[in-house]
Amino acid sequence: MTDTTGFGARATRVVTAPLRWIFEALDKPFQALQRLGGIGSMPWWFLLPNLLFFGGFVILPLFINFGYSLTGGTRLFLEDRTYTGTEQYAFLFDCGNYADPTSCREDRFWRGIYNTATFIFFQVSFLVLFSLVTALILNRKIRARGFFRAVFFFPVLLSPVVVALIWKWILLRDGLLNAALVGMGFDRILFFVSPEWAMFWAIFVSIWAHMGFYTLILLAGLQAIPPDLYEAAEMDGTSKERVFWRITLPLLWPNMLVVIVLALIKGVQVFDEVYVLTGGGPGTATQFIVQYIYNTGFTNQVQNFGLAAAASVVLGVVLFVLTLVQLAATRRRDGG
Amino acid sequence: MKTVMTRTGASVLALTLAASAAMAQTELRMTWYNDGNEGEVMQGILDRFEEANPDISVTLDVVPYQAILESLPVQLAAGDGPDIARVTDLGGLSEYYLDLTPHLEDPEYWRTNFGPFLNWLDPTGGGAISGFMTQLTVTGPYVNKTLFEQAGVEMPGEGATWDDWAAATNEVASALDIPIPMAWDRSGHRVFGPAISMGAELFDEEGNPALVDEGMRTMAQMLYDWHEDGTMAKELWGSVSGSTYLGANEEFANAQTVLYMSGSWQIPQFATTIGDAFDWWAVPAPCGPAACTGMPGGAALVAMEGTEHPEEVATLMEFLTQEENLAEFYGETLFIPGHLGLAESGVEFATDDPRAAHALATFAAAVPSISPIAYEAQGYANNRVMFNAFISRLGEAIVGELTLDEAFDRMEQDVEQQLAEQAR
Repeated sequence: MTDTTGFGARATRVVTAPLRWIFEALDKPFQALQRLGGIGSMPWWFLLPNLLFFGGFVILPLFINFGYSLTGGTRLFLEDRTYTGTEQYAFLFDCGNYADPTSCREDRFWRGIYNTATFIFFQVSFLVLFSLVTALILNRKIRARGFFRAVFFFPVLLSPVVVALIWKWILLRDGLLNAALVGMGFDRILFFVSPEWAMFWAIFVSIWAHMGFYTLILLAGLQAIPPDLYEAAEMDGTSKERVFWRITLPLLWPNMLVVIVLALIKGVQVFDEVYVLTGGGPGTATQFIVQYIYNTGFTNQVQNFGLAAAASVVLGVVLFVLTLVQLAATRRRDGG
Repeated sequence: MKTVMTRTGASVLALTLAASAAMAQTELRMTWYNDGNEGEVMQGILDRFEEANPDISVTLDVVPYQAILESLPVQLAAGDGPDIARVTDLGGLSEYYLDLTPHLEDPEYWRTNFGPFLNWLDPTGGGAISGFMTQLTVTGPYVNKTLFEQAGVEMPGEGATWDDWAAATNEVASALDIPIPMAWDRSGHRVFGPAISMGAELFDEEGNPALVDEGMRTMAQMLYDWHEDGTMAKELWGSVSGSTYLGANEEFANAQTVLYMSGSWQIPQFATTIGDAFDWWAVPAPCGPAACTGMPGGAALVAMEGTEHPEEVATLMEFLTQEENLAEFYGETLFIPGHLGLAESGVEFATDDPRAAHALATFAAAVPSISPIAYEAQGYANNRVMFNAFISRLGEAIVGELTLDEAFDRMEQDVEQQLAEQAR
């Protein structure tokens, strides 16, 4: 029987009293709203604060950004800027040959696009592969499993700037890695001077920093697979490879899809880690589309907000398409 | 009881009055960046100002230099800037400056002592007085004299060319296994002095920017070749993108480079970080066929038009520009004076370091030989457009993304496109 007079109960009443007062105060207005719009309108009333916040801080800036992309000049406020129509878009897409950035008027935009595409291709492929392998290993009954799960997740907790600085110190001319190479009798490698090495490390560091998060999603998926399926397969004498391809992978596929789409979206948005690690160099070898937008809008003496806004609209369209893919995939998974 | 009440009443009254006084105080905000100890020196002078003017308080907001270049212009454009700021884009931000003239007790003092530099802050030539130079700078090279002595290589003397220095620094580097013979700050401003020496004109007959000419091509080719043959390390100019500034001051302080092309503002830093670890020596600007010049420049403390307290800002600026305060500031910071009276009478620099004293003397002696083109470039409001176009495109050529000729075309297009955008 619950003690409603003891110290614990009284303490609970005291602690929850403010909440009760709030609920009691809200009760009458909500009843009035329900009378006004019927029970069907109530979800909208509950969603209203969030919708206002989302509208004010996400949707409205989106439209303002689109407005900027139709203007030129260096004035900050939209009302002071010159309307230029689609000129900024025309400038971005003015190319002799889209496969050759040097033939484009805004060659850095297209180099940013190609660099981002290269980054995404390798980063997402290896990220998913390594996350899957790690999740499979961590799902097994190995010694110190909890410790290893924490170790793989730890980099996710670090700020991107910290991650980039740690690796920068490792990779510099006199960094840890070069010291080790020289110690072993090899020549120094100037990692940030070679475009290939710079791209390799940008991808590697990004995978290192984010793999833990995706591993966790896949691990959750692996643990949701009913163990009796594996027991049945074992009784049938099914090989381990066949179990993986016929049971694990199909049942893990929904999680894999989430991981792939999330990694794709994050890949398109890549900026902070790489900006601190390589500064976009050497040349423009690791300058991705978001850095192009940042440079165009903020680091030049003539701050070209219109062109930066147009490039970010293009980026927004790409992200929108990827999000639609994710939604479609999720619906298919849920049978919707 | 009555006494207690009386005392309590008096205390409350005193507190109320103190609070009212505090509320009546005008607060000014000054955005500042540091190369060396100048923030500390300025804070000391501001403390004295606040003592002398109890109704005005000044907050020194110290920010990274990058914030002065990137964030301050946006703040100013949004009408959310500070009352006063220390800037290096002297003409580029001039549209946001406050003309202090109507608020100054003696505008003539300013014109007499800051005259030539006021034009840098007012490219329209309207005669506005917006601020003063916290430092005059001259670009030029530093060398590690100790390394030359250890290698037994004679330092090139007066009138030496960049090729002479390249050959000498390579000789020293190979004799002592120094990784970088020569390092330049990754900055267009550093290049333009040597480019003018090689014959670059920078402007056409109408005064419009004309970045790429034979002089500039020659200089760019030299820099390109030095990166190819290892005289300069690609880690500085080739390792980042766009117009990102990278300095080689740490490499020089760690004796990783024989020659470092930078400027006079490094003196206080080297006096502290290098000290007497080795002989760091400023040398005159190397010569080309057209001149032996560095670029002038510097930082200015300017009043901002957006301030709500122009009178108080003017009071503060007048206090800061008093000769004794400026003499203290320049002397303690080891900055070349931007005050003509003090430049003439001389400032007592707070250093007994012979290397710092020699460097100050070298850069001060370089001022008369600065080319008029260099002054024109420094006074040009959009000079950073030219600097950035040069540095970013040459960087792309150095890493092989563009040929030099393609880089020259792109430099011209970048300048043209940005100026057109600004003109809209």
